[in-house]
Amino acid sequence: MLMVWTVITGVAYPLAVTGLAKLLFPVQANGSLITGNHGEPLGSALIGQAFSDPKYFWGRPSATSPYPYNAGASSGSNLGPTNPALVESVKARIEALQMADPDNRLPIPVDLITSSASGLDPHISLAAAFYQTNRVAKARKMPIHTLHALINANTEPRQWFILGEPRVNVLRLNMAMDGKTR
Amino acid sequence: MTENAVAQFAIYMLTLLTLAKPLGWYMACIYQNQPIGVNRWLTSVENLIYRLSRINPNEEMRWTDYAIAVLAFNLLSILLLFTLQRFQSILPFNPQQLPDVNPDLAFNTAISFATNTNWQAYSGEMTMSYLTQMLGLTVQNFLSAATGMAVLAAFSRGFTRRNSNTLGNYWVDLTRSILYILLPLSLLWSLALVGQGVVQTFNPYQTIPLTETIKHTQPKLDAYGQTWRDEAGNTVMETLEVREQTLALGPAASQIAIKQLGTNGGGFFNVNSAHPFENPTPLSNFLEMLAILLIPAALCHTFGTMVGDTRQGWAILAAMSLVFVALVAVTVNAEQIGNPQLSAMGVDQAASSLQSGGNMEGKEVRFGIANSSLWAVATTAASNGSVNAMLDSFTPLGGMVPMWLMQLGEVIFGGVGSGLYGMLVFAIIAVFVAGLMIGRTPEYLGKKIEAYEMKMAAIVILIPPLLVLGGTAVAVLADAGKLAVFNPGAHGFSEILYALSSAGNNNGSAFGGLSANSAFYNILLGLSMLCSRYWLIVPVLAIAGSLAEKKIVPVGPGTLPTHTPLFVLLLITTVLLVGALTFVPALALGPIVEHLIMLGLT
Repeated sequence: MLMVWTVITGVAYPLAVTGLAKLLFPVQANGSLITGNHGEPLGSALIGQAFSDPKYFWGRPSATSPYPYNAGASSGSNLGPTNPALVESVKARIEALQMADPDNRLPIPVDLITSSASGLDPHISLAAAFYQTNRVAKARKMPIHTLHALINANTEPRQWFILGEPRVNVLRLNMAMDGKTR
Repeated sequence: MTENAVAQFAIYMLTLLTLAKPLGWYMACIYQNQPIGVNRWLTSVENLIYRLSRINPNEEMRWTDYAIAVLAFNLLSILLLFTLQRFQSILPFNPQQLPDVNPDLAFNTAISFATNTNWQAYSGEMTMSYLTQMLGLTVQNFLSAATGMAVLAAFSRGFTRRNSNTLGNYWVDLTRSILYILLPLSLLWSLALVGQGVVQTFNPYQTIPLTETIKHTQPKLDAYGQTWRDEAGNTVMETLEVREQTLALGPAASQIAIKQLGTNGGGFFNVNSAHPFENPTPLSNFLEMLAILLIPAALCHTFGTMVGDTRQGWAILAAMSLVFVALVAVTVNAEQIGNPQLSAMGVDQAASSLQSGGNMEGKEVRFGIANSSLWAVATTAASNGSVNAMLDSFTPLGGMVPMWLMQLGEVIFGGVGSGLYGMLVFAIIAVFVAGLMIGRTPEYLGKKIEAYEMKMAAIVILIPPLLVLGGTAVAVLADAGKLAVFNPGAHGFSEILYALSSAGNNNGSAFGGLSANSAFYNILLGLSMLCSRYWLIVPVLAIAGSLAEKKIVPVGPGTLPTHTPLFVLLLITTVLLVGALTFVPALALGPIVEHLIMLGLT
């Protein structure tokens, strides 16, 4: 009995799903890769990448080790709400944001200074994107309204108007600013 | 709660309760072997399975035979899974060339997956080869779920049969659960998930050049993997540049579908359904959350149909849903309020049209507060244990709800099969208590509840608290238990209590900061999972065997009706009272103290 079910659910079932997935959803099944204008791979639309240059929008802080956004070892920080280490890292992140953009007076959105669950979150909230436009605009000498248009173009709304939260895909937005994708 | 959170939650409950009826009816047909299309088209497959396994499907089993079959089959499963992990390096389908899993971790994982707990002391993408994931873990996702459903089918027959000493055939119940229920649903779910972006491939991990090079500093290692030290004894650091991103892939969707549908919860990747490849969009999140409670909710209707009075099933489902709704509200609110220590630093945690706000540490933007909280409650109400946000970083009250839901004994929906048989044992306790109050012999669904049933019910209710509180006591006394704690103070105690609650009730979720991959925790939690699964299945089957032998008492004026709102209330009170009396003292030392500390009241 165990052998029979091992073959059916352990071999036939995953192979059947893989075959059907390849047929129906070839892009999604292999990691939803996005490519540039010349077909070069830029990353996965679903996996965030680390950005720290002022001319790019920054994603959520990532707790993967040994370096952030390590897509081979997903991980959250697991810091508890009363852990002093949480307060320390939040403080450091606030300082980094303010240092990169001293004249920004907007309140700092919470998702920009807290680490994501997976360490690979590809999104930031709209508030976190708008918070950063001042810095990016200065670094790129780009008018703010162009950036706002780009943010809107790379915003994923609630699915079916209700499910989830509206969000901005950081990698897509940065690649669009670099002109690597159309 | 924001309006959108209420709307998302309402859609969720509506979909769940709407689907419970047709699916519940379908499953009742399967277990009672009534012809309804599918089980006729696939009869030849079903019979082939019996022939290959040399099983006579018409043989009826007494409760003892049934229990022995369950135990023997599960023991064999544990051995196979243990062996696969220990030899994965020389077996095929291991493109990352992962080494063999060490013995105590393999012991823990084998038990964990066979008992439908799916506690994971390891990180999926760095420990398990594709072969182990498929042949070992995916298979047990099906078999452990089907075992729970089979035991429930046998338990239901205890009420429907009279003057009978048999409960059906385990092999038949197991086979039908997988072939007609779990497999078709999993196929459907996995394809829908791939459509949303869940990966399903046998290709090795993909490497992508990064736009921006990451510089990071780490201790320099010598050829033996030891850290270098200079003459003064300081650790030598080196700066590395990372120019590429390696994307972990694999046949994930097929495993995720059954992990959710079978209330297993063991993720393909380390961060489970928080990983964008495991749960990429709000729609995939909705489908995965729906799958958590779908079969447990529908089984209530299956039970009602099988015992010939669907109102009985709805009463149980109503009791489960009411507790669930109330506790979702508590968690969503606690998480939405957020962390006052961050507000003090000028961080904006208010919900608006531009952000979900709240306590976002350990949460993903696409899920926000509403979906992360709803998932946390659903996954611990059911004994699923998958997560889409890091529970260790939840606010104290937000994290207490999942912990308490497990401690209630996994009966608010609970595991597939196991949740309902657990809840029915509580129903037996409830009619017993009511019987004492009005001075009549208690009966449930026409069967007299006597001393033997009550003894067995008491065992079922007392073993999990014993494992949870006893295990926690052992862990906080042992150095190895305390060393594993990650967060300081009261939260550290919560981490230990949570781990034991999870293992002692076969849930599998964790406060992930606890370094549970040590010989101490692998063995302690492994034994805890083993006891909480099989020590409950045996007395549950014993009750069923004893009930099946009894005749049906006709309904009289002294019969307590068990489908009324009054009984629903009585049942809820019984569950909550037992849970509160047993666990409030322990909870007071963990989340409750931490809540006061967070508010600055201590």
